[in-house]
Amino acid sequence: MLTDLLGIPPQVLFGQLLLGLINGAFYAVLSLGLAVIFGLLNIVNFAHGALYMLGAFTTFFLAKYIGVGYWGALILAPLIVGALGILIERFLLRRLTGVDHLYGLLLTFGLALVIEGVFVKMFGASGIPYPTPEALKGGVNLGFMFLPYYRAWVVVASLIVCVATWALFERTKIGAYLRAGTENPQLLQAFGVNVPILTTLAYGYGVALAAFAGVLAAPITQVSPLMGSNLIIVVFAVVVIGGMGSIVGAVVTGLAMGVVEGLTKVFWPEASATVIFLVMAIVLVLRPAGLFGKTA
Amino acid sequence: MNTKVGYGIALALLLVAPFLIYPVFLMKLLCFALFACAFNLILGYGGLLSFGHAAFFGGAAYITGHAIKIWGLPTELGLLVGAGSAAALGYLIGLLAIRRQGIYFAMITLALAQMVYFIFTSAGFTGGENGLQGVPRGYALGIFDLQNNLTMYYFVLAVFVIGFLIIARAVHSPFGQILGAIRDNEDRATSLGYDVDRYKHLAFVLSAGLAGLAGATKTVVFQLASLTDVHWHTSGEVVLMTLLGGLGTIAGPVVGAGVIVTLQNYLASGPLGAWVPVVLGTIFVVCVLAFRRGIVGELHALLKKSF
Repeated sequence: MLTDLLGIPPQVLFGQLLLGLINGAFYAVLSLGLAVIFGLLNIVNFAHGALYMLGAFTTFFLAKYIGVGYWGALILAPLIVGALGILIERFLLRRLTGVDHLYGLLLTFGLALVIEGVFVKMFGASGIPYPTPEALKGGVNLGFMFLPYYRAWVVVASLIVCVATWALFERTKIGAYLRAGTENPQLLQAFGVNVPILTTLAYGYGVALAAFAGVLAAPITQVSPLMGSNLIIVVFAVVVIGGMGSIVGAVVTGLAMGVVEGLTKVFWPEASATVIFLVMAIVLVLRPAGLFGKTA
Repeated sequence: MNTKVGYGIALALLLVAPFLIYPVFLMKLLCFALFACAFNLILGYGGLLSFGHAAFFGGAAYITGHAIKIWGLPTELGLLVGAGSAAALGYLIGLLAIRRQGIYFAMITLALAQMVYFIFTSAGFTGGENGLQGVPRGYALGIFDLQNNLTMYYFVLAVFVIGFLIIARAVHSPFGQILGAIRDNEDRATSLGYDVDRYKHLAFVLSAGLAGLAGATKTVVFQLASLTDVHWHTSGEVVLMTLLGGLGTIAGPVVGAGVIVTLQNYLASGPLGAWVPVVLGTIFVVCVLAFRRGIVGELHALLKKSF
C-alpha cells in the first residue's frame, strides 16, 4: 500500500484523517453560520466562538438542572442560544444600521469578551467532561482503523445540517427572500417583504448553527469557557479561503481544511497549528476573492 | 497655536509626573499610548481595522529582548532591531492583507497574527509559557544607568515623544492627507491617480514599526517579553484604547490608553481582578453603541458646539 511506502502506519493516517474530518465538520458548520449572518447583516460575527461555547454549556446545564439528555439538547440548545442571538440582534446590532460595518465586528468582539469572561469567572478555564450518549458509545473496527460511533455521528450530523441549510436557502420561499435580501435589501423591502424580521431570523439561525456545533462538540472536547476563542480565528481563516459567496463553498472549504490539517499532523506535526493560515496566505496571493468568492 | 500650547502643557506634566506617580506605571502607560497612536495611524487615518497588531508589538518585544540579552546589543540598538523587524513583518503581512478590504482585512490580519503567535509559542528562544525573562535594561547612550526607574522613565518618555512626533508629522503631511482621502473614498482616490495600495501598505509598515517600538520599549522596562504580548487579546486591547480615546484624533489614543491601563491596574489589585475582560468587553459594547467618537472626539464636538 501507498501508506506503507511512506512509512506511516495506516491506523495513524486514517485516524488523523478522521480527526481532520471531524474538525472540518466543525469548521463547516461554524463558517456556514458566519456566511448566513454576513449575507444579511454584512457583519462578521466575532461572538460566534462564544456562542458555540454557550451551545456546549447549555447542553451541560440542560443535563445537570433539568435532566434533559444529549438528544433533547441537540434540539433545545440551538433554540435557546438562537433566541439569545435574536435578542442580541434586536437590542444591540440593530442600533448599528447605517454605521460602518466594522463597528458590528467590534460590538460582537466586545460581546465575546463579556460572555467568555463571565464563564471563565464562574467555571474556571478548565473543561467539564460531558458523557457520550449511550446509543453512540463504542465503535466498529473497519480493518484498517477503529471508528468510534460518536465521531462518525458528528460528521454525519454536520453534513445533514449543512444540506438542510442549503435546501432552506435554495429550495424554499423564505430562502429566496433571504437570498434576495443578501443581493438588494432595499428593493426587497420595496416589494413589501419585512426585511428587518428576515435579518433578525438570519442572525438567530446563524447563531443556532454555532450552538448546534457546540452541542456536537460537548462529548468530544469537554465543555470549557474558552473552547471557542481560538477556534473562531481558524474559522475566520477558513472563511477567507472559501470566500463568503456560497453555502456550498463554506461547507466544502470547511471540510477540506479539516482534512488538510489532519494530513499535516501526520506528515509535519509542527506545522499543523499554522497550516490553515499558510493556505490562507497562498490563496490570498493567487485568488484574493477566495476559492468560491465572487470578485467584488 | 492652541494645540502647540496644549502639547507644551502635556509635555511639562509628563516631565514632572514621575515625582508624583509611580514611574513604572507611567512607563507602562507611555508604551501602550505609543502602541495605540501607531494603531490609530492605520485605523483612524487609514480606515483599515487591523486585528493583528499584537504580532508587531509582541514580535518586537521578543526580538528586542533576545537582541539585548543574548546578542548583548546596547539598549538603543536593541530597540531599533525590534522596531525594524516589526516593520519587516508588517511589510509581509501588509502585502497579503491589503489585497482585501474592510471586514476581510480585519480577519486576515487576525489570522496571520495568530500564525505569528503559534510560531512564537513553539520557537525555542521565546521560552514558551515562561516568556523571555531577565532582559537587562542596560545603559542609555552608554552612560545613564537605566536600572534607576527615574532614568528609565525619561528614556521611555524620549522614545514616546519621538514616536508621537513621527506619527503627528506623517498625519499632517501630504502622505497623511492622501491616506485620509483613501479612507473617505477609496474609488475617488484611485480615480485621481493615486496608487492606493502603495499608500495603504506604507501606512501599515509605518504603523507596524512604531507598534514594534512600543513593544520593544515595554520589554526593556519590564525586562520581560511574554506570550501575552503577542496574544490576540492585546490586539483587541489596542483597538479598544483607540476607539475609547477617539478614532482619527492625535491625542485620542493617548487618552484611551491612559484610561484602560489605569483601569486595568486599579481592577487587578482589587476584588474585581478576575472581571477585567468583562469590564473591557462592556466598555467596548458601550463605546460602539453610544460613544463612537471617543473621549477626545466628543470633547472636540462639545467645543465646536459651544463656540
